[in-house]
Amino acid sequence: MCEEKLLTADGRSVADIRKDFPMTEAEENGHPLIYFNNGATSLKPECVLKVMDDYYRHYGVNVARGVDAIGYKATHAFEEVREQTARFIGAKKASEIVYVRNTTEALNLVAYSYGNQVLKEGDEIVVSAAEHHANYVPWQELAKRKKARLVVAEPDENGVVTPEILENYLSDKTKIVALFHISNVLGASNDLKALAERTHEAGAVFVADGAQGIVHERPDVTDWDLDFYAFSAHKLLGPTGIGVLWGKKELLDQMPPWQFGGEMIDQVDIYDTTYAEVPQRFEAGTMPIAEVLGMGAALDYVDSVGYDFIRRQNEILGKRMVEGLQAIGNNTVYNPNNYANGVIAYNIDGVHPHDAAGVYDREGISLRAGHHCNQPTMRFLDVQSTLRASVSFYNTTEEVEKFLEVSKKAGDFLDVLF
Amino acid sequence: MSYSDQSHLFRQIVMDHYRNPRNKGLAKDPRGYMTVRLKNPSCGDDLTVQIKTEGEKILEIRQQGEGCSICCASASMMSELLEAETISEAEEIIRQFKLMVQAEDYDAEKIGDAVSLQGVSRLPQRVKCATLGWQAAERGLKQIQKNRSEGRADHHEGAIEADVDKEDEHEI
Repeated sequence: MCEEKLLTADGRSVADIRKDFPMTEAEENGHPLIYFNNGATSLKPECVLKVMDDYYRHYGVNVARGVDAIGYKATHAFEEVREQTARFIGAKKASEIVYVRNTTEALNLVAYSYGNQVLKEGDEIVVSAAEHHANYVPWQELAKRKKARLVVAEPDENGVVTPEILENYLSDKTKIVALFHISNVLGASNDLKALAERTHEAGAVFVADGAQGIVHERPDVTDWDLDFYAFSAHKLLGPTGIGVLWGKKELLDQMPPWQFGGEMIDQVDIYDTTYAEVPQRFEAGTMPIAEVLGMGAALDYVDSVGYDFIRRQNEILGKRMVEGLQAIGNNTVYNPNNYANGVIAYNIDGVHPHDAAGVYDREGISLRAGHHCNQPTMRFLDVQSTLRASVSFYNTTEEVEKFLEVSKKAGDFLDVLF
Repeated sequence: MSYSDQSHLFRQIVMDHYRNPRNKGLAKDPRGYMTVRLKNPSCGDDLTVQIKTEGEKILEIRQQGEGCSICCASASMMSELLEAETISEAEEIIRQFKLMVQAEDYDAEKIGDAVSLQGVSRLPQRVKCATLGWQAAERGLKQIQKNRSEGRADHHEGAIEADVDKEDEHEI
């Protein structure tokens, strides 16, 4: 349909780019795999695999150790990705990019290192009722440690935390506001620039969980005037095991390390140690070097495709899924207005999501059933669990049509047993 | 019976237990019951089983929870099968059911309606759904026996809450 006309920034069609993703050839239960679980992790393009393979084959040595040429090459490539990442998200300096395992680790780092230092008894931390557990539990724990108060903002009916809503939850005691960029269940987008502005007016710092957001919209951390932004490479075409905490330099500089060991030290005396500058202060031990390089290749790939294409293709697919499901009528869609990011939360009426997921699985369709690591949102929707179909720009309208066909049959869930 | 006749029959049995669950609903007064609540945090299944015993005999089993058709139908079958058995007979039935879903040799005679869930053995990702209720019963019975061996007068009552255990994991 529309996708023939839709081209990537480098002039290619969906059919072209599918060839870049080996897993688009995969099969499940004797059917071509239809991968609609992109909210959990994305598929990886060949270029990411190649960069990682090249590193291990040709210069797979440790970084920032010794003076040998091959070590220099690895270190240089490793640090190049830091600069590339800084440019990608609009950071002022490469030293504001801290390599971490994933979004969860990035947010924990902020909660421990920054939170432990600034929070006092009676202070307040604001989160929303639609956060992923990664942007909820670390703050809950921080509040307990410091006898601070966790303030949970209720989003609007579409799952969005508007600046007006946020204002109702801010006070002179607010020290940290931690909100999602895009919701992993409801697909809602928050206006981070406006939210950060309100947060700063209240004298607090603004932490953004970008795990889903950066997949759909390029953040501009400087223009938006954020304080911290966290994301994982693996949802953005990169490998697992590597993510990024971006923080404003002046904030990172005042934060103590939270893990100790090699690579993060300045001078180790017998009874005392001084620590390296930011960002190395937060990168104890050998880092996932191949994964960092893979993330660099993934960011290059995103640039070659372009966010405009990603957004438009997701919107086409998301819109068709919502309209198709509503036309079938055997289901409830929880975010009928937020399909633009290609994440649809729904249930087949009267069918437990696991039973429905079993029907999809049998037909080669992989999607998510459960609480999506987001029990706060399940409470908000007043359901135990849901199905979640999350598409990416390499998915096709044909796949969506097949998905809709199978959705009609999801009531026959016992078929999987016989 | 042909394969399709059998699968038709099994399908009816599973659907019947799912739509008309046996022994559903917990006792208002939990005194006198061993109450076990097991959750599978990865999928949200959440099941509570209550067992009333007198000496070696199981007098009553109640069950209630949230879960998929396999989890709920299986818990219903379990409650029906174990009621009126002795503890050691019940443990043997549980063992046979577990063998079945793990695609091992099992004694179909012992597990009544639950034989209709044999298809689970081809769906390893659903084994935990099918065994949740059985694991809860097994835990409860173990606790009753442990309490008794410690000479506790109230050995037959208590409450256990846990995430689905990993005791079925293969030893390395």
